[in-house]
Amino acid sequence: MPQFALVIDLNTCVGCHACATNCKEWNTQAAFGPLSDFDPFGRAPEGVWYNRVFTYEMGEFPETQVFHLPKSCLHCQDAPCVPVCPTGASYKREQDGIVLVNYDDCIGCKLCAWSCPYGCREYDEVDKVMKKCTLCIDRIYDETLPPEHRKPACVLTCPARARFFGDIEDPNSEVYKLIKKRQGFVLFPDMGTNPANHYLPRQETTINLEEYEKHILKPDNPLFLEVLRRHKPGFASKSKQEQPQEHYAEQLP
Amino acid sequence: MELGGSFYEKKYYSTCYMCACRCGIEVYVRNGKVTYIKGNDDHPLNKGVLCAKGSSGIMKEYSPARLRKPLLRVGPRGSGQFKEIEWDEALEIAAKWIREAAEKNPAKVAFFTGRDQMQAINSWFAGQIGTINWAAHGGFCSVNVAAAGLMSVGYSFWEFGDPDFEHTKYFMMIGVAEDHSSNPFKLGIQELKRRGGKFVVVNPVRWSYGAIADEWIPIKPGTDGAFILGLAHVLFKYNLIDWEFLKEYTNAPWLVIQAPGTPKDGLFYRNEEGKPMVFDKKSKTFKPADRIVPDDLDPAFIGEFEAPEGYKVRPAFDIFAERIVKDYTPEKVSKITGIPAETIERIAKELGVTALYNPVELPIEWTDVWGRKHKKMVGRPVSFHIMRGIASHSNGYQTARAVFVLMMLLGCIDRPGGHLAKPPYPKHIEDLPKPMKIKSLDELKFGKFYGPHLGIPQSPDDLLVDEKGNPLRIDRAYSWEFPIAAHGLIQNVIPSAYKRDPYDIEVLIIYMANMAWNSSQNIPYILEALTAKDASGNYIIPKIITIDAFYSEQVAYSDLVLPDATYLEQWFALSLLDRPPSVASGPVDAIRQPIVEPRDLKGEKLDVLPWGEVMVRLGTKLGLPGFVNEDGTPKYKDWKDFLINWQPQPGIGALAGWRGKNGDKHFVGEPNPNQLEMYVKNKGFFYYPLPEHMRYYRYANKDYLEWAKSVRFVKRTDPIIMNFYVETLQKFRLAGQGLWEGEKQPPNDPVIRERLVKYFDPLPFWYPPFEEEVSGEDYPLYAFTKRPQWMYHSWDSQNAWLRQISTRNYLYMNPKTAKKLGIKHLDWVWVESRVGKVKCQVFLTECTEPNSVWTWNAIGKMAGAWGLKPEAEEAHLGFLLNHVIPHSINIGGREFYYGDPITGHLAWFDTKVRVYKAEDQTPEVYPKFKVEPLPYIKERWMDVLRYKP
Repeated sequence: MPQFALVIDLNTCVGCHACATNCKEWNTQAAFGPLSDFDPFGRAPEGVWYNRVFTYEMGEFPETQVFHLPKSCLHCQDAPCVPVCPTGASYKREQDGIVLVNYDDCIGCKLCAWSCPYGCREYDEVDKVMKKCTLCIDRIYDETLPPEHRKPACVLTCPARARFFGDIEDPNSEVYKLIKKRQGFVLFPDMGTNPANHYLPRQETTINLEEYEKHILKPDNPLFLEVLRRHKPGFASKSKQEQPQEHYAEQLP
Repeated sequence: MELGGSFYEKKYYSTCYMCACRCGIEVYVRNGKVTYIKGNDDHPLNKGVLCAKGSSGIMKEYSPARLRKPLLRVGPRGSGQFKEIEWDEALEIAAKWIREAAEKNPAKVAFFTGRDQMQAINSWFAGQIGTINWAAHGGFCSVNVAAAGLMSVGYSFWEFGDPDFEHTKYFMMIGVAEDHSSNPFKLGIQELKRRGGKFVVVNPVRWSYGAIADEWIPIKPGTDGAFILGLAHVLFKYNLIDWEFLKEYTNAPWLVIQAPGTPKDGLFYRNEEGKPMVFDKKSKTFKPADRIVPDDLDPAFIGEFEAPEGYKVRPAFDIFAERIVKDYTPEKVSKITGIPAETIERIAKELGVTALYNPVELPIEWTDVWGRKHKKMVGRPVSFHIMRGIASHSNGYQTARAVFVLMMLLGCIDRPGGHLAKPPYPKHIEDLPKPMKIKSLDELKFGKFYGPHLGIPQSPDDLLVDEKGNPLRIDRAYSWEFPIAAHGLIQNVIPSAYKRDPYDIEVLIIYMANMAWNSSQNIPYILEALTAKDASGNYIIPKIITIDAFYSEQVAYSDLVLPDATYLEQWFALSLLDRPPSVASGPVDAIRQPIVEPRDLKGEKLDVLPWGEVMVRLGTKLGLPGFVNEDGTPKYKDWKDFLINWQPQPGIGALAGWRGKNGDKHFVGEPNPNQLEMYVKNKGFFYYPLPEHMRYYRYANKDYLEWAKSVRFVKRTDPIIMNFYVETLQKFRLAGQGLWEGEKQPPNDPVIRERLVKYFDPLPFWYPPFEEEVSGEDYPLYAFTKRPQWMYHSWDSQNAWLRQISTRNYLYMNPKTAKKLGIKHLDWVWVESRVGKVKCQVFLTECTEPNSVWTWNAIGKMAGAWGLKPEAEEAHLGFLLNHVIPHSINIGGREFYYGDPITGHLAWFDTKVRVYKAEDQTPEVYPKFKVEPLPYIKERWMDVLRYKP
């Protein structure tokens, strides 16, 4: 069966929060909205968001690594929030694997939030129901939208093109191929939730100078040597063999 | 619930204004309210993406800080006591104040504009009044980068140029947090990375973009110039230099006269026709530089020669070579920057081999200005971007110069994979505009046009000083203290007006700038300046008019407030005459259009007007020649009419697309009455993609230059030879030595003269930021700010969604540094500089190099400002570092405004502080300021916001 999901590339995510705010902007006005904000202009505003971005650091200066982690409902294939729901409001769709909340049946007991290891569900104090990412179900099936816009808002808006949407069960899909090629991983793989959303790891690009060091890179530019000779009194003019390059630094004032 | 079905009633195309990136947007409206904003897929700049700020435009539109009617102050400045008045009365008052002041002398009207994108129009308006005192905000933003670039290569970074992300293999970002143009950079970096390119970030902090950098170079603030010149040293040592590029396109081989003590010293050696000369190794004779390509000369880069006239001459490169060989060894640079010497060597090698041994070759035929036909376009695929981390230091200009020189060595300028100019740039350096010269303010007259206000002086004779050598501008730009202040010096206006030095002004008009807060330094001093009174009880700065859409700190300290409309409510032009939203492959200009009526969140109408509309009404009321015909009838009906019909030169207007009566001429043509409708039809922008063979080498590209001349981007078609050596600077140096033979001479002041001699070096060099000497060991840490990606300066704490990301800022510090100081994570500390101190909360992070502390730049607010409740965390836990940033510095026993000695660029990031744990750990910042919110703002504070039109 198809399993729609997001694949998020941590190798290009710069933590700009576009995905978080565009999601908020789309969803508050759309079928599943509005999303409440409390004391929006007061001391410390808090609101319902489907998607939040976290920034983590590892290592010690100067070997510090930083990465940004956008996190929203992972539409787990063994979603613990489904069996725990006493009313059946929390359900996973057969046809596409999207996990949704039926507001009519939700009683706001928050058991699903307790069971979700990822903290992806938020309670709306006004509607008294649980809210979370719907994978923009109201966009992906909306035939009044141009085909290229039938994707989650966060995917379309991401300036770093770090977000992908598709069926992770379909070997021909972009997301399937990305997960395979880039060794996509899931959060807390040992918790048995089997998240559908995957993350692509950081990759470091380095430049191998070895071949260049062998054949091309020699610190013996004759013009450089000429300048040294002219401006460093007492710098004897020796042949290349007799003048190892480390001496330059020592002889300069 | 129901799925499917359209979610909107109307869809519009416009241009975002949550920052100055100017992404194209699609704006959806439902029930008269903006319901969704998305990026415009077809816009060449952002290609459909939109950042956190753009996606939150709705909450700026409906911000509780929205002003709803003109305001006239009734209580003391800063009290927030205003009365609302009608537009007619407001315009009467404004016109009266301006006229009364300008009739005494137009210079008494100072008009400074902040985050605006209509600089061409605003400067023209100031010119119509006749005042010399106009500038935008570049003086504290990025003038060092702009001026260094324009004077080196005829363009620069940011609005002038972009990395060629499509082809580059190595991209180095220096001194950048979140900057323009931000979305194109995010798009570009992912493209580069996915192609296997390397991304290097040089920054004291690893955050934002740094997270995905392949390598982080944790440099000590203010030392980037040394790092760059260290790279140049290694490139030279290993012969990783594009000599052909230097030979054909730069003045690196031009001969410089060595005749110390004479007026010719340091100037180019020229023949009788005034042509600069090179030493041709083939013929062993001196030849004019413009024959290098036509006669296939082999100019010397190294050596010392004797000219027939008897003095010694050296190629400019030879002087530079001596400098980098002696002074910028990796070991010396390592001591200055904190970067290991091996890293400096390795990075230079990586740049060099990528540029020279991994070129990009595009099979595009092109012809150069010398008539040579090339079968392909070869590029050196290394690119750079630099911004405030380099610019905002007292050595920023020379550091930026070092970057341009480095790019010349690597040969990557406007070539595939390198750094590309964005049309209308590049331009011939000698043809860049200069500020209009006058000898004294007596030459100014109300209604007599003064302009252009800004530009690049080519010699000391272009300065704006009186006979005694005193500044003519209130901000001291283009004076002997700040000769190449190419963007003006907005940060000096309030202090100067307060001190009445060089003179007093009567009316200060501020457009879209928060000068009373985050855009100034040493805020307690600025507030004192704004509220100080003379012996008669009048404010020393008599009248302040502010134009803004929101209740900012600056608004609270004004006398007359003219409320602006937002970007979703007005016609606007993102013009080629300003900072166009162009891309490298072709010029772009764009519009904004009125999408919704100005209303607040509760739906109440706001009686606001776009500043453009106010400007037209004011200009007409004042009877300024640019606004009224000879018979006294107005030239323009309204702002829309102005945008279409205004022509500062025949055939050139605010917008380039669809000119001519039939809308069939681009760039040059008579006004088209339907021009704005054409833009609306074309998704809000005009993009002219250049033919492929005109997209690179544009400084020497025959077809490009001919086309550029035809559309008035350049004045001539000869090549733009780049300034490896900036002779203009040497002229100032000579003036400092008393050897300048021109008209203007510096005052007989050893401090001024020494500045000219020391810093106006035609070749880049590094020197320690001035603050090092003044603050010394007492203040051992560097303090600076960064702009977060989800807030644009002070603009977004008012935004209900964006402020949920951060309502406050911390002082970020390295844990080892904190430990030495006995400071723990989340302690409350004092941050103290030589001018002030703030109390704030510390956040320890390994992302910060140990000598630095930093914070986000403008989250801290005055309580009661920006539509927030007085208890908002922004005012109690958020803080402004500006309180400790000095605005002046003592050099040689005199106070100077604290800026780069060449451009005056505010040296924000030179600030040095000491940090110590506060005895009182009460979680409250200090100092705290407050203003009274307007009564109607208070009524907009809702407990719950549920936005769904």
